[in-house]
Parts: sequence; structure tokens; C-alpha cells
Amino acid sequence: MYKDYYIFSNGKISRKENTIYFEDKEENKKPIPIEQIERLHFFGEIDLNTKFIGLISQYDIILNFYNYYGYYIGSYLPRKKNVSGLLIVKQSEGYIFHEKRLFFAKCFVESAVFHILRNLRNYKGKTDEVIKEIEEEKQNIFKAREIDELMGIEGRIRKRYYESFSLFLNNDFGFSKREKRPPTDPLNALISFGNGMMYNTVLGEIYKTQLDPTISYLHEPSSKRFSLSLDIAEIFKPLIVDPVIFYLINNRMLKEDDFDIEEGICFLNDEGKKKFIKEYQNKLETTIKHRSLNRKVSYRTLIRLECYKIIKALIEDEPYKPLKAWW
Amino acid sequence: MDFDFEKYKTQGIKVNYYYICKRKLWLYDKGICFEKNFDRVLQGKILHKNAFQREEHKDMLIDEMIKIDIVSADHIKEIKISSKMKNPDIMQLLYYLFYLKQLGISKKGTINYVKEKKVVEVELTEEDEKEIKSALINIRQILMMKKPPEIKKLPYCKKCAYYEFCYAKEVD
Ligand code: SF4
Repeated sequence: MYKDYYIFSNGKISRKENTIYFEDKEENKKPIPIEQIERLHFFGEIDLNTKFIGLISQYDIILNFYNYYGYYIGSYLPRKKNVSGLLIVKQSEGYIFHEKRLFFAKCFVESAVFHILRNLRNYKGKTDEVIKEIEEEKQNIFKAREIDELMGIEGRIRKRYYESFSLFLNNDFGFSKREKRPPTDPLNALISFGNGMMYNTVLGEIYKTQLDPTISYLHEPSSKRFSLSLDIAEIFKPLIVDPVIFYLINNRMLKEDDFDIEEGICFLNDEGKKKFIKEYQNKLETTIKHRSLNRKVSYRTLIRLECYKIIKALIEDEPYKPLKAWW
Repeated sequence: MDFDFEKYKTQGIKVNYYYICKRKLWLYDKGICFEKNFDRVLQGKILHKNAFQREEHKDMLIDEMIKIDIVSADHIKEIKISSKMKNPDIMQLLYYLFYLKQLGISKKGTINYVKEKKVVEVELTEEDEKEIKSALINIRQILMMKKPPEIKKLPYCKKCAYYEFCYAKEVD
């Protein structure tokens, strides 16, 4: 079993032969079993060297770095060992031909909205009105002819969705609306942190396939972010991140003191991050019986399966149908 | 019939996959593959390195096209983990023998199944040559297809590295 390792403290990381060690400021040295790592996440300040990079590259391990506030800075992805020129050509075709691009973009939004409504239905009685509004807005997805339009629809739905959180969360920490940069209240901080984790998780799954993470359909291919990861994350944010947030808050597992505010920026402190990540990991590892594979798959695997379905559509094997959680 | 070997020659693994599954062959050729995390592949590599320590010519790359595990004076040897895919393994080895023959080298072959400690001897017959030629022609055709061959349910699909890729669908 490959796992995600999260390192919160500051320190240095080194390699001795085939073992890697993490050493904190107090010089406590801890080995990390390389055969078990799939990804390493660094939340603290870390010194590392190329010997270490060399080893983790052999094992195809991904490194993710986060800043002081827990925001994602970037990743180190070992060089791909197998690439598919054909797939990249096909992926680009999907972007260039408007109809193809629009189709993928609609699929992503449709699936995202499906999962948004699925969440809201869990709080029936409190959310009836917002469900109705979102269902109406949803009809516009199918009529949209341009990506901008689609983005607009998605934005409005998401806005209504976030605004409704205070209807069913038993502590909204004074939340009123979604604000991205920088978050100033705990719920916004939580959503930003969770979405950042999702982006990373999706990127990790894309990386296991031959998809090029820079070619995307709903989001404009950008030079700053792996925009395909943003596309696919749309599907999984309401399926994975939001339920974790609801769970942590409604079970009073996250409280005010799990957040810090510095210079107007609100963020999860180490305790808060640990709590979130623990539940997030649990969610990713939760399995469901897959209907066409006829075997159990984890939520994380569902992300990879989504990549597979996109590949199959691109190589004209099978039309794409986005995930709609059926369980 | 004139057979233009230069036009049809390919890697051994493709001959192997041709006999396993034509879809797998196509996907592999296009660089779409998911074997990396497969333990058995890893295990195979380790076994491969450790067994036959005294043999001299290991992993011989011939003609920049085929890679033969072990080459000795009169034999070529392929090392496989288990004999589950016996026919594709044999065809791959026959292909190597055929390939060498085109280069004017004639040898015999053995497949060493490490796990079962079994050795299978292989010799290239005229019949085999015919079979290999037609396989090479078919492989070329398959690889020229614009999209992958459709899934044909095979008994070993569930154990295939492509299983999730092939069978992941949304059911209504
Ligand atoms: S899963 Fe079955 S159909 Fe798909 S590549 Fe493997 S053997 Fe072929």
C-alpha cells in the first residue's frame, strides 16, 4: 500500500542509501519507509538535496509543497517514464474543436452540479429553496454555447451553494460568502485549504496516466496552474472535500481555535490541518462497489477512472460520461 | 511470397501482446500503459536480474529492436515469471529466433519459468515462420488503426493492467 506522508514541522530531509530520514530542529531523526510512500507533503520549512530527489524520482514519488498558511506552492513530479504523443495530439484536438471542448466542459459542470445537489439533498427541509434555484439554473448548462457562459452558470450555482452552507452547518464561524484570496474567516479558509488539497490529489492521479495536465477544457489552459487538474477537481470537490468540511463542523471536531488569523488572513493552524487531512484521507480511502468493474474501488481510484474515461473519449474509443455518484 | 522483413519488424513485446490481446497491443504501442505500479512486473525485474548470474550476455539489444534476455553459443533464453501466458511467450521467442534467422544467425531457444522452475525448449519450424510472418503483417495493420480495437472479453481481463481502463464505465 502506498501512502501520503504529511510533514508539518520544519527540518531537513536526507537520504542514506535507500532510506530517507526526516530530521526536525531538535535533531530527532525519523526514517520514512520509501516503499510505502506515494506522495510527500511538506507544510513546514524543509531543506533537501538532489541525492534525495534522485531516490524519490526512482520510486516515482511526488513532492508537494505548501506555504506557511497551508496554501499550495508547487510540486516536484519525477520525469515521466512513458508519454503518449498520440494522446497529447488528441487532447489538443479536444481543445481546438469548439464542439469537443464545450462537450467536455459541460460534462464537468454537469457532474459538479450533480454532486452539489446531492450534498444539499442530505439537508432536506433546510435547503429546499436553494435546491430548486440550482435545478433551474442547471438547465442553462445544456443550452450554453460558449465556455464563458458555462463558467458564469457554474459561478452562480457555486455562489448559491456556498451561501446556503450556513443553513445546515451548526457553526458557520460568521461565514457569509465565498472569498478566495485571501480568506478572512474560518469557513473560507477551510474551503480554500480543502480545494487546494483536491487540486493536488487530482494532479497526482492525472500524473499516473498519460494525460497532459496543462491541456484543459472548462478552464483555459494556463501557464500558472495545471488546468486539467482544476477541470477534474470540479467533479470531486463537492463529492470529497465538502462532505469532509460538513462532517468536521457538524460533529464539532473543528473549532475556532483550530484557526489562526494573521494580518487579516485566516488559515488552519497545524492542529486544524491535521484534523482536516485525517478526515480527507479517510474519505479518499473509503471504498464503494463499482458497478462496471464489479470490484471495490476507493474515492481516490474514482479520480483515476475519470482520467481513463477522458482518455478513452479522446482516442475515440468510447464517448465520455462524467461520474454521477450513484450510491 | 516476398516478405519484406524490414517493413514489418517490431519489438518482441508487441508480438507477445498480439497473442494476448489486440487492444492491449494498440494501447501499448500508443504509449498508453499503466503497468508501473504492478507488483508482478517489479518482481519480474528483480528475478530477472538475480537469476542466471553467471551467464555473460544478458539483456542483449540486437539491431536496436529486440532485447533478448540471455544469449549463449547455441541458445537464446527468455526468462518469465510464470507460465500463465505460455503461448504468447513461446511466440515471442519464436519471433526472436525468426528475427535472428533474418540476420543469418540460427539458434535454438528456451523459456525459463523461474517460479515453476520449468524450462521449455523451442525450435523454429517452417510452419512457425509462416505464422510469424502473418502475425507481423497483422500487427502492422492493427497499429495503423485510428482507434483502439474494441474490448473482447477475455478470461484474463480481470488480471490485466488495463482492466480498470477498459472496463470503467458509467452505468445508467
Ligand atoms: S483488460 Fe482485456 S480487453 Fe483490456 S487490454 Fe486487457 S486483455 Fe485486452
